Amino acid sequence: MSDDFFIPDPEGLIPSAEGYFGAFGGKFIPEALVAAVDEVAAEYEKAKTDPAFAAELNDLLVNYTGRPSALTEVPRFAEHAGGARVFLKREDLNHTGSHKINNVLGQALLTKRMGKTRVIAETGAGQHGVATATACALFGLECTIYMGEIDTQRQALNVARMRILGAEVIAVKSGSRTLKDAINEAFRDWVANVERTHYLFGTVAGPHPFPAMVRDFHRVIGVEARRQILERVGRLPDAVAACVGGGSNAIGLFHTFIPDEKVRLIGLEAAGHGVSSGEHAATLTAGEPGILHGSRSYVLQDDEGQITEPYSISAGLDYPGIGPEHAYLKDSGRAEYRPVTDDEAMQALRLLSVTEGIIPAIESAHALAGALDVGRELGPDGLLLVNLSGRGDKDMDTAARYFGLYDEGAGK
Amino acid sequence: MSANGKIGNIELLNKTLATARAENRAALIAYLPAGFPTVDGGIAAVKAALEGGADIVEVGLPHSDPVLDGPVIQTADDIALRGGVRIADVLRTVREAHAATGAPILVMTYWNPVDRYGAERFAAGVAEAGGAGCILPDLPVEESEVWRKAAEQHGLATVFVVAPSSKDERLAKITAAGSGFVYAASLMGVTGTRESVGAQASDLVRRTRAATADLPVCVGLGVSNAEQAAEVAAFADGVIVGSAFVKRMLDAPDEAAGLVGVRELAADLAKGVRSRS
Ligand SMILES: Cc1ncc(COP(=O)(O)O)c(C=O)c1O
Repeated sequence: MSDDFFIPDPEGLIPSAEGYFGAFGGKFIPEALVAAVDEVAAEYEKAKTDPAFAAELNDLLVNYTGRPSALTEVPRFAEHAGGARVFLKREDLNHTGSHKINNVLGQALLTKRMGKTRVIAETGAGQHGVATATACALFGLECTIYMGEIDTQRQALNVARMRILGAEVIAVKSGSRTLKDAINEAFRDWVANVERTHYLFGTVAGPHPFPAMVRDFHRVIGVEARRQILERVGRLPDAVAACVGGGSNAIGLFHTFIPDEKVRLIGLEAAGHGVSSGEHAATLTAGEPGILHGSRSYVLQDDEGQITEPYSISAGLDYPGIGPEHAYLKDSGRAEYRPVTDDEAMQALRLLSVTEGIIPAIESAHALAGALDVGRELGPDGLLLVNLSGRGDKDMDTAARYFGLYDEGAGK
Repeated sequence: MSANGKIGNIELLNKTLATARAENRAALIAYLPAGFPTVDGGIAAVKAALEGGADIVEVGLPHSDPVLDGPVIQTADDIALRGGVRIADVLRTVREAHAATGAPILVMTYWNPVDRYGAERFAAGVAEAGGAGCILPDLPVEESEVWRKAAEQHGLATVFVVAPSSKDERLAKITAAGSGFVYAASLMGVTGTRESVGAQASDLVRRTRAATADLPVCVGLGVSNAEQAAEVAAFADGVIVGSAFVKRMLDAPDEAAGLVGVRELAADLAKGVRSRS
């Protein structure tokens, strides 16, 4: 048993020095950002092996975030999953309510090390924005969060949380007015203010070093869960499952298990109204290799490289890109990715709520819906580990409307 | 050398910039997106800019996610894409503008459309249309080898962007890889008109010149009027103006008035680049 919660990839073989995971990754950025991105990479390389950095981050992860997060068996839910045993890794119990805080605290410490005084971030579901606003409050950093206008409406609770925490929240009105457009706007801000500003990117996409660095900050999810399930069950799971938006909670869970060849890695992406409807965010299922937001990966795009507008009921998964390491894991066959529709996710959200008393985020509900299928495929001897990446408080308005839970005349 | 098809007009671009230098003035380079407000309207706008006095035009390939552009060019790109602009339309814009004026025309585009279309196929298409080169502002020099090979083979310039944040070692690396000219961003930020052109610009031009023996250095971002053009012309080989042209089109009551506005602005700026202040 170790007390260390910051556990960067011990192999360190991937990505390459240029930030490539096989054919994916790299650094496709304007010249104006090269110096800043190189500075982040250099500072992270130093921090990674600096015991003082690890000690400070570990202290925060334990005493501020509340790590380790619990591993909860959910037998009543599992009855609907073919009787397989199902365990949830409870990232929803972290301070601020999702896995996002793991990465945010790491990058906030890095921001201080670089001597920058201002932080910007994008957010979809608002969980990365809330975590970032939280860390900025904690460290006394100026904070601006970009959020698509549609997301500010469907995740209004998190907008209020960010503002209470002292952050400025800017509703982005361009494009599809969702996560992709929030990232565009954050990049525009960064180019103009890079001298004193760190772009605290919220997932394992973006230019090198973000995919590897953000992964390292989330590896703790899988490292803890692997240890916990070995202690509790005495064996490794048959499969581990997580939802994928940009892919940070999923890579955090998957990464430690990559060498465990018998453990299947299953990512669940948002199929919206169904992949064949064209209204979805199933990037690995329906996308093609291309460049978006600084790296080469799978992208939802048309035949001439214009990015197509994604759709999902889940703001955190409503993104036409995916982290490059997931593209690599898909092409190498080590991980599999499946689509989950809005309806399947919402049914899973309700099922976990009524069977276990745990209300998941709609993002995480995609993983739960996928787990129901995987459990049925595995049968009663199966053992399944699912990442519960966040809690559902922020989604209560969407859920109440979806299920018709408001009394007549009540609600907004 | 391409086996089939025409050779691009890099030499015409070089000659145009050399002529401006010989005339002891800066070149005027206009940026206009293809397909805005329509494909034919966009072609007319490019011609208007050249007839008004621009020496060179950069034709923009509209993109769904123009991360390096401010609200003006974002709006124009949006209009063009909603109108259904395709790469074939961008190439037609290059072809017709060059055929009508004989001027060097470059394509300015984000990398993903080229990557998807195929670097070789894109270079061949631009050369065949009579284009002189490409500017790829989100393709860093480290990732540019495949493109540069294709461009060289098809007789096209590869214009790289440098920024005030570029360190001297990078300026050396970038100017060594580039051709045609170097695009020096006058400030840290996205496209759009500015009240004043930053003092960073002259410093960047000086540092870039120190890094390259012969590539002309042209300054863009923020320049919108003759006064600023004259100010920049005092220390740069070329002055690049984009958003101000697009704004003339956007603000005009109709396309015809917009074209008049583009022509007037080009004439004004052409005077500016000839009166180095
Ligand atoms: C609870 C939760 N899960 C998952 C995601 C998706 O992000 P990622 O794929 O990076 O984990 C988000 C993003 O907003 C989220 O809030």
